[in-house]
Parts: sequence; C-alpha cells; structure tokens
Amino acid sequence: MEKDIKLMKGNEAIAEAAIRAGVDAYFGYPITPQSEVIEYLMAEQPEKRTGMVVLQAESEVAAINMIYGAAGAGKRVLTTSSSPGISLMQEGISYIAGAQLPCVLVNVVRGGPGLGTIQPSQADYFQSVKGGGHGDYKLIVLAPASVQESVDFTRLAFDIAFKYRNPVMLLTDGVLGQMMEKVEFFEQQERKKEDEPWATVGKAGRGHRNYITSLFIKPEKMYEVNLELQKKYREVEKNEVRYQEIDTEDADYLFVAYGTTARICQKACQLAREKGIKVGLLRPISLYPYPYDIINKLADKVKGVMVIEMNHGQMVEDVKLAINGKLEVGFMGRSGGIIPTPSEILEALENKFINK
Amino acid sequence: MAKVRGAVEIDIEKCKGCEICINVCPTKTLKMSGAVNSKGYSFAEMINDNCTGCTNCALVCPETIITVYRKKF
Amino acid sequence: MKFGKDIISPENKVFEKTKLLTDEYLHYCPGCGHSVVHRLLMEALEDLNLGDETIGVAPVGCSVFAYHYMDIDMQQAAHGRAPAVATGIKRVMPDKTVFTYQGDGDLAAIGTAETIHACNRGENITFIFINNGIYGMTGGQMAPTTLENMKSSTSPYGRDLKSMGHPLKMTELVANLDGVAYATRQAVHTPALVRKCKKAIVKAFKLQKENKGTTFVEIVTNCNSGWKMRPVQANEWLQKNMIPYYPLGDIKK
Repeated sequence: MEKDIKLMKGNEAIAEAAIRAGVDAYFGYPITPQSEVIEYLMAEQPEKRTGMVVLQAESEVAAINMIYGAAGAGKRVLTTSSSPGISLMQEGISYIAGAQLPCVLVNVVRGGPGLGTIQPSQADYFQSVKGGGHGDYKLIVLAPASVQESVDFTRLAFDIAFKYRNPVMLLTDGVLGQMMEKVEFFEQQERKKEDEPWATVGKAGRGHRNYITSLFIKPEKMYEVNLELQKKYREVEKNEVRYQEIDTEDADYLFVAYGTTARICQKACQLAREKGIKVGLLRPISLYPYPYDIINKLADKVKGVMVIEMNHGQMVEDVKLAINGKLEVGFMGRSGGIIPTPSEILEALENKFINK
Repeated sequence: MAKVRGAVEIDIEKCKGCEICINVCPTKTLKMSGAVNSKGYSFAEMINDNCTGCTNCALVCPETIITVYRKKF
Repeated sequence: MKFGKDIISPENKVFEKTKLLTDEYLHYCPGCGHSVVHRLLMEALEDLNLGDETIGVAPVGCSVFAYHYMDIDMQQAAHGRAPAVATGIKRVMPDKTVFTYQGDGDLAAIGTAETIHACNRGENITFIFINNGIYGMTGGQMAPTTLENMKSSTSPYGRDLKSMGHPLKMTELVANLDGVAYATRQAVHTPALVRKCKKAIVKAFKLQKENKGTTFVEIVTNCNSGWKMRPVQANEWLQKNMIPYYPLGDIKK
C-alpha cells in the first residue's frame, strides 16, 4: 500500500490523528497557539467521516467537564488547549484522575506566568508531571519532539489512557504545534463499539447501576482509593517509561532535554562532535513516568550532565533526583518564548564543564 | 355512595419526624407518636380509623416511607 | 394500636415507593424538599420507562450524593459543571435520556456560564433546579436566590440588595433563550403541588425524547435547617415569602 504522507502543521496533524484514532468526541475552546486543532476539526467535519462529535465549548472549564461526562460514558475523548486554558482545566483534570476516567489532553505550551506570551515554552513541566490540580494524582505525560510523534502519540495516548483508566497528556509547545513537517499517517481506526463495563451509558442489560464519582467522604474509603491510585501509578512506572538515547555510547557529556529543546540539542551534539567534544543526548519521551533509571546509569559513564529547557529549571529537578548527587548537573534555560540556539547550548555546556 | 376506607404503613425506622404528613392529612388520621425510633426521631402513626387512602401524606413525605392502601366497600 | 389492618394487602395498594429509588437511608434533613423531588424524578422515569437508559448528573451541594438514592446510571460533577458534564454525555449518546440535578448555588452562582450556554445551545437535556434560597450543605450561606432581607450566615443582617445584588430568577432568564423548549417553576410543599410538579417533570422528559431542546424545571423548596425553622413552619414561610417572588407555573411551554 502506498504510504499516506502529508506535509502538515503539528496542531492540524493532531486533529487528523484524532479522527483516524477513532476518537468519539472533541470538546475544546480556542486559544493561541493551538486553535488550529478545533479549526481543522470543524472544517474536516469528522461527524461525516467517522461520526466523531466536535463541539466548541463556552470555556476551557466547560470543555474539560464535557470531557469528564463523555469519558464517563466510556468514550474516547480529546481536548486540546494551551497553558492558561490548561490552568483553567485543572479542577476538571483532578476530578477525571480521581474518578479514574480515560481521556487525552494536549497542552501546546506557551510562555507564562499569567497571560504570558503566545510563543513556545516548556514552563508547564511542573504543572503537567507534578500534579497541577488538587490531590494526589498523576497524569501520564508524553512529550513528542516532531509532528510525526505528535500524530503517533495521539493514538498511543488513547491506548495508554484506556489501559490504566487515567488521563494522558501530550505536552507539546508552540513550536511543535505551529511548524510544518512531513508526516506519515496511520490507517483509519474504527471507533469503539463495546461499552466499558464501568461506564454510565444507562443500566439496561447490566442489572445494576454504574456511577462515576471522585467523592469518597469516609476517610477509610478515600485512603483506600488513594492506595489503589498509587498501585496503578507504580504499574505505570513499571511499564510506560519511554525515552530516546542519541550518541550516548561514547559520550563524555550528556544533554537531557525533551520535545523542542531535544531537537535543538541534537544539533548542539553535532556541533560539539565537530569540535571533538563527545556529547550525547537523552530525550525523555514519557515525562511521567520519568526515565530516572537510564539517566542514573548514563551518569556513571559521563563527566557532566547538562539539562536544557525552555523555562528556568523544572525538569532539571528530576534529572538531579535521578543522578542523586553522583555528578554535577548543569542547567541552561530560556523563557519568554525565546528558543535557545544550538551554539548557545553548546557554549553553556563548555562554560559549565570544559572551560572552567 | 360506596364507602372508602384506607390505611397507611409507615416505615417508622426511616421516619425523621418532620410532621409534614400530619399537616396535610385531611382526616387528622396521623399524629406523632410519643415514642422514638432507634435514631432518636419521633415518628408518625395512625391514631384513627378514618383514613380514606387519599395519599396526601405519601405525596409530601420526603423519606418515601409511607405506603397507602385503599378499599371500596 | 393498629388501624386498617384489614385494608393492608397488596390488591389495595395505591401508593408505594418507586423501584428506581434505592433503599438507602436519605442523608437529608427532616422535611427536606430534595427527597420529594428525588422521588418525583424517579417516578417520572419509571412511568416513562426510561430508567434503563437514563444518565443523571449530580451536583456539588446537598444533593451531591443523589447517585446513592437514584437507581440509575449517574455521574457526580464538579461544582456548577453539571450542564457541561451532561452535554458531554448527551453529545456522545444522543439517544439516551440525560438530566442534571442542581441546587441554586451550583446552577445559578458558580455554574451560571455552563447553565446559560447549555440552554443556549439547546442541549437536549433536562435541568432539575432546586431553589431553596440558601447554601444548605456548607451551612446556610447566602445563595444567588436568597430573598431580600433574608438572613443567612453570610448575610446575617439580611440580604442587602444594594451591596449583595438581587435574588436571581434563573428560570425567567433561561426562558429567554431560543434553545430552551420548556421552562417551568414548580414546588412540592403541598400534595397538589407535588402532583403538578411530577407532571412538569414528565413533560420535560417527553420533550427531551422528542428532541425539542433544553427543558428546565425549577422547584422552589424549603431548607428548614438553613432557614432555621421547623419543617412545617418552613413550608408556610416558603408559601408566604418565596412564592410571591418566584411565582409558580410555566414560563415557557
């Protein structure tokens, strides 16, 4: 069969991937730099292609609660937004995690805090992997570094979300959302046919009612639910760690970066090797669960680890946790929508570990 | 004219003694018992045999614990 | 002492609890209107034979545990978001019957945007809106529907219209929206009103089944604990004070 290759913007590619992944519904609210997702969906009319529902909500607050409702019905549901919108969704995300509902969220991150800037950023790392909303819960977070991965991870995210009955977030940014790249699409998947046994679809034929709730007023029950969540998170940590190693075999120094900055670090590695400095890259793909073990192992082989982010130091804390004091960890970050260049990154590494 | 007689069964363990049923009973059939249930609530009971089975009490009962019977003679 | 023993037999039964209400002990205060509306709602679904295909959405507030009492599939929503949750459910399952059950704080304060927009889209869902003019669950604070001069724990000297705003007439407000097919205000503090209220709820569900758009049933009820009155006294106060400001009847039919 001929390959289905297109040149597409990241945001639009996610929208197309959602249709092809057999998603049942999309609820969202426009915000830069991700509005192309809903624009593409509205233009594409997926209700005619697959029966997928698309609705522009009155706010991100409403959108995430529509997600809660449709996810509670056991359907495959997607919402996308950007940083301030994701902040608005946090209450709903906490409810979804607490009620153990599967869904996929995409955050096309822009600079903050506050209304911030519409330019790309990685400043929502903490919000995504350390909680964001209230309570002891975890999102499973995937960080694509290309339009191709944005597409592939959209489908993967649904598989993971339903496997664990847990919200999964794709953490991209304004670069990945806006840039055009060559992308190969998977074939159209069928929409789900069977009802989930836990879903609220009407109790017909089941003999008992189902209800979706995150309210457990008795302390013993709330404790029990929290233990159940923690057990699930341990499973996730065992099974879902994803990362990519580039040129780490002979590396004397290691970059750790995800998403857009990982792409830039690849170029910085090349520049370094042209100068005779052997630098490798470890790219976490899953930000939760985080690839602590591989970073710890690589730290035994290198002289220095440099973390590059488009913020002022968030993921670097996880890298330090992984290395646990064995090695000095350098950090270089840019924010405000400023994207670090490969030469800046290399210079930061040199200043930290080589020219000192 | 046919005579109608009624009766009510009250699940007194679930009664919270709000007295709303007593207030809407047209025949003054119901009254608060002097006794209390295991939760400490006083409960409603029939004190007369003049119930017509009109269902007024059951309609307003918040606990849905009144079952009503009616028979024509 | 036992009266009417000879009458009490199955063939003479004229009123019993609907099967769609569970046997769980209701957590509501003595005399609370919530419980009556729970029953009417379940009776309406049973009469229309919709219990197997209905999904209800419970709010935050006194009726947060509604799903314990209603023997149907239900979801518990975040405070004020029931209309959005119901929208999500209905949009992916347009053939199912969907309702929200919300109090005045939930529907008319924190969730006003969700209420207005679900109504404006004409979501084919039914709103059951309990208006008792106070926040019951949190201990009797002022609600958007608290009457002028009415005392609550956050309006201890009475609601002052100038500084606290006016009691919100939600049903009149949503009746103005083109998406709304039916908007009515009912009450359940007398047997006659209970009968009327049930008819209104049945009508709302029938219209939903006919895809007519949003149906909105407000029910003015007591909150005797919040109002600090005995149940019978609270119902009398309701009739005298709440009903003149919130007149009963269909606002849009």
